[in-house]
This record gives sequence, C-alpha cells and structure tokens, in this order.
Amino acid sequence: MRQLFATLLALLSLAVPLAAQDSLPPAPYAYQQLDDPAQEARAQALMETLRCLKCQSQSIADSDAPMAGDMRHQVRTRIAAGEEPEAIRAWLVERYGDYVSYAPTVSETTWPLFAVPLLIVLVAMLLLWRRMGRRKEKAA
Amino acid sequence: MNRWWLFVPLGIFALFVGLAAYQLTQPKDDFVHSEMIGKKLPQFDLRAATGGKPGTSTADFTDGKPKLLNIWASWCIPCISEAPQLERLQASGVEIVGIAIRDRPEDVERFLASYGNPYSKIGADDLSEVQLELGSSGVPETFVIDGQGTIVYQHIGDIRASDVPMLMEKLQEAAQ
Repeated sequence: MRQLFATLLALLSLAVPLAAQDSLPPAPYAYQQLDDPAQEARAQALMETLRCLKCQSQSIADSDAPMAGDMRHQVRTRIAAGEEPEAIRAWLVERYGDYVSYAPTVSETTWPLFAVPLLIVLVAMLLLWRRMGRRKEKAA
Repeated sequence: MNRWWLFVPLGIFALFVGLAAYQLTQPKDDFVHSEMIGKKLPQFDLRAATGGKPGTSTADFTDGKPKLLNIWASWCIPCISEAPQLERLQASGVEIVGIAIRDRPEDVERFLASYGNPYSKIGADDLSEVQLELGSSGVPETFVIDGQGTIVYQHIGDIRASDVPMLMEKLQEAAQ
C-alpha cells in the first residue's frame, strides 16, 4: 500500500503541462511575492482589479497566462520602486483604455450608470411623498 | 379613461428589447485596441533575438522611412500563417522590424529557418515589457510606424492575404 502511494506520488511529480504557451520561465515577480507585506498587499489589491488581456474575464491575479504573469511582474516591481497603485493603473489605462481596469470610474461614457439609479430613487421618493400626502389629506 | 401612463413601463421594456436586438445584429469585437495610436513609440532597447539579425531600439524608427513593427513569437501558431504575408510585404520593399515575445534564441532560429525571415531586426522582449508599453494584448500584432517614430495603425491578429494591400496603403499614407 505504502509502495503504491509512493509510486503514485512519483508519477504526479512527473506531470508536466501538456502544451505550454511559451518556453521561457515565468517573470521573476510573476509568482514571487514582494518581501515587504505592506507592499505585497497593495500590489495584490491592484492586481485583483486589473484585467488579464489574454483571458478577458479574469483578473491578472487569477490568471496563469504568461502575459498576466508579466503584468504582475510589472505591478510588483513598480510598487517595490515606490510607485502608487493608481499611477500604475493610469499607466495601463493610457495604453489599453478603461477596459484593462475593473475599478469603475465616472467618465464621459459611464456617467449614466451612476446618474440613472440616483434619478430613479429621486423619482420614487417624489411619487411616494405625493401619495402619502394625498392619503393624509383624505384622512383629515 | 386617460391612463396612458400605465403603458410607460411597457414602452421602456420595448425600448430595451429593441436595443438588445440591435446589439445582437452588430458584429462582436473581442479585441483590446491599443490607445497608443497617434502617439510616439515608447523608449526601448532590446537585445538581439538572433536569427542573425541585430536587436532593435526606438532610434531605429526615426530614420524617416515608415516601417512595420511585428510582434510575434516562435510559440505562436497564427504567426506561422502570417509568415508568407510578411515575406510578400518585405519583397515589395517594406522594412519589417520584429519583436519576439518570451522567446529562446534556438526557438527563434528554428522558426525562422522553417517559415522564412522577413525581418531587418529582431528584438527580444522576455518580460513582455515593450508589448505592454505598446498597448498590445497578444501575438501576432503589427503596428505601422511612420518615419518619425509615431504609431499610426495597429493590426490585431495574423495578417491575411487580404490585409496586405490595406497595410501597403497605411504605409504609403504614413510616408506622406
């Protein structure tokens, strides 16, 4: 039994990915955390809100695509060099547009998304207020 | 019976259905387009990826002659299918500078030996740094760069035979 287990383990350790996308090892900081936990936390928070461009429904923190690894390397080295997370986001948005960022921003195209719900709440309150007023009048 | 406003929600619903139906008929665009069109090439200086060609830097793009900047990799399957088109472009006098993404010299060598080497220079971008600077999101991609080092056009995906005249036209426009 123990031997079988050992053989299985040995087999598992031999498993290699079927078709790698490229042959280079991952970028130094693709899978390596920063030494400073505070910096790593900031890098992680940013990476969770950046879109992987190859696998468009994943964040770069979630993706194993080599390009996402290279983006994580960029984020971590820039954070380690003292750059602000929002400056790094801005750097990417300048190159790829809003699409690269998962963090919602109010812009020329997105303002209705923020304005419409507010407007609906206002209208609903107005309607309610008028109805309640009418009911009070009847009661009086 | 003046209850017309009861139909307002139905009207809004119909509007949404109409919008959704219209969007369904529109072609889908999954590409992430670069925002760098119209801007200067980023600063870079890449070592040679080999294939007997030198590396490349930003300075190569300011000699007054428009060029193609081809982002590719030996591990990229569509790059094989665009190779003949790049050869055609080169045969008609276009200078093509390559940037190989995450590649090994021996793999580059093997690819070029099998599928042809239309490049004047090939730089190696091991950490996709220049690719990210360019706003490029995959391989292959081809940028048209004018003689002053300004990015004027981005072609995403492999170059098909039908794309060649369009790219020639973009290069001619860039020369003016």
